[in-house]
Amino acid sequence: MSSEEAFVSIRGMSFSRGNRLIFDNIDLDIPRGKLISIMGPSGTGKTTLLRLIGGQLLPDSGTIKVNGYNVPDLKRAELFELRKQTMGMLFQTGALFTDLSVFDNVAFPIRVHSDLPESMIRDLVLMKLEAVGLRGARRLMPAVLSGGMARRVALARSIALDPEMMLYDEPFTGLDPVSMGITVNLIKSLNDSLGLTSLLVTHDVAEACSIADYVCVLSDGKVIGFDSPENLIENGSEQVRQFLQGDPDGPVPFHFPADSFSADLFKRVK
Amino acid sequence: MSVIDTVLDTFQKIGHYGLARLQSLGRAGLFLLASIPWGGPGSAGFKDLIKQIYSIGVRSLSIIVVAGFFVGMVLGLQGYTILSDFGSEAALGTMVSLTLLRELGPVVTALLFAGRAGSALTAEIGLMKATDQISAMEMMGIDPLKRIITPRLWAGFIAMPILALLFSLVGIWGGAYVGINMLGVDEGAYWGNMQASVEFYNDVIKGLIKSLVFGLVVTWIAVYQGFDSMPTSEGISKATTQTVVVASLAVLGLDFILTAIMLGGV
Repeated sequence: MSSEEAFVSIRGMSFSRGNRLIFDNIDLDIPRGKLISIMGPSGTGKTTLLRLIGGQLLPDSGTIKVNGYNVPDLKRAELFELRKQTMGMLFQTGALFTDLSVFDNVAFPIRVHSDLPESMIRDLVLMKLEAVGLRGARRLMPAVLSGGMARRVALARSIALDPEMMLYDEPFTGLDPVSMGITVNLIKSLNDSLGLTSLLVTHDVAEACSIADYVCVLSDGKVIGFDSPENLIENGSEQVRQFLQGDPDGPVPFHFPADSFSADLFKRVK
Repeated sequence: MSVIDTVLDTFQKIGHYGLARLQSLGRAGLFLLASIPWGGPGSAGFKDLIKQIYSIGVRSLSIIVVAGFFVGMVLGLQGYTILSDFGSEAALGTMVSLTLLRELGPVVTALLFAGRAGSALTAEIGLMKATDQISAMEMMGIDPLKRIITPRLWAGFIAMPILALLFSLVGIWGGAYVGINMLGVDEGAYWGNMQASVEFYNDVIKGLIKSLVFGLVVTWIAVYQGFDSMPTSEGISKATTQTVVVASLAVLGLDFILTAIMLGGV
């Protein structure tokens, strides 16, 4: 990976919530133009990592450089400018504006950030909606969309400003197999056709491995594996392989730490 | 645990509570300072302000007008009963109009505004937060403070004095309806005494100043509670209740302070 230019470069980054350390001095490079899947057990900080990269959270220490800019050092206006120029994010719920139609949702960031005439905005929005297959649904309101459709509209909205990097926060959660297949293909094709750098947070190992260039596995505040999916499955550490193969027991134990079962059963209750 | 430990523990808890309140007040203050000026990344426009004035102000009209009329009618009835004991029914117009313009207009409008528009603002912003709409806006490079909060804050600031004036106006009509049509107070005396005793600066303007302050405070509390709420259904319901309770108490407390200042000759 050292030969590839890093679009996101994280060095010595630590982050904690209250007394709980989420990231412990991690280093991570996200190469430009690649699709990286971020995986790890629940509560390990995958979504938190996206929010740190997007500047919605500030790390306790370390640097997070996106396209050369250290996100924690940016002033408020500079951070908004970087997000506008560089980032798009697809949220787990879609996060569509419920008082706007599908068309107006996709048009929203373009209208706010540009003075383009309405005819041009219409063409741009229709192009984005065509890319996600929902041009025909442009007059619908978010409340009548299925979960899969809402996420595709949100995807169209997040690429409305032609970002260089896409952040996907669990985009496959709660989707039926057909919607999931559509979303997986969309993410891959958008990444390839637009030359995006994509970070995909997901629990769906098979889907993620099928489209990701690299897989990054997080656990206990550390990056425990970063490689191509094939290499990780074959040569990853025992813990990484347990996660990727979904084994119920292994380095991550099935049982929460406790006293011996028999001692617990025979303990006298006061 | 010894008595000293218990006492220390209690002091510590009081200290923690006080610090948390102060911190929250500081956050709310910074939030207000950042939200009042227009302009910034993805700032709202004039159309957004008009939309919010419609949703906060125009949609509160029915409750304000109906409540104003009833309050005026009650004032007419009660005032007549008291004044007729002294043979001063003719002063009914003065009593109703001064009570409404100086006190009841701004205060009752603010309380109704907190319940009708304030709770709706908190719930709307809280739900936007819970469904990641605010985060989505941030990630589009749009500052949610400038896009969502600023127009709502100004809309409340603008709508509230107008609503309070309408409340007083309709209330005076309500008082006249009961006094003149039902109880037989002389029409000329009702309106004539009112015109002779109500002063534009001392009564109308000072009442307007009160409602401006209430408008800003109630809307500030409502938008802050929504923005600062826990993004869960329980968090939103708690924030909505907090808005009505805190805003109502703030209005009543501020009313005393403002009245004291105004009567003091300011």
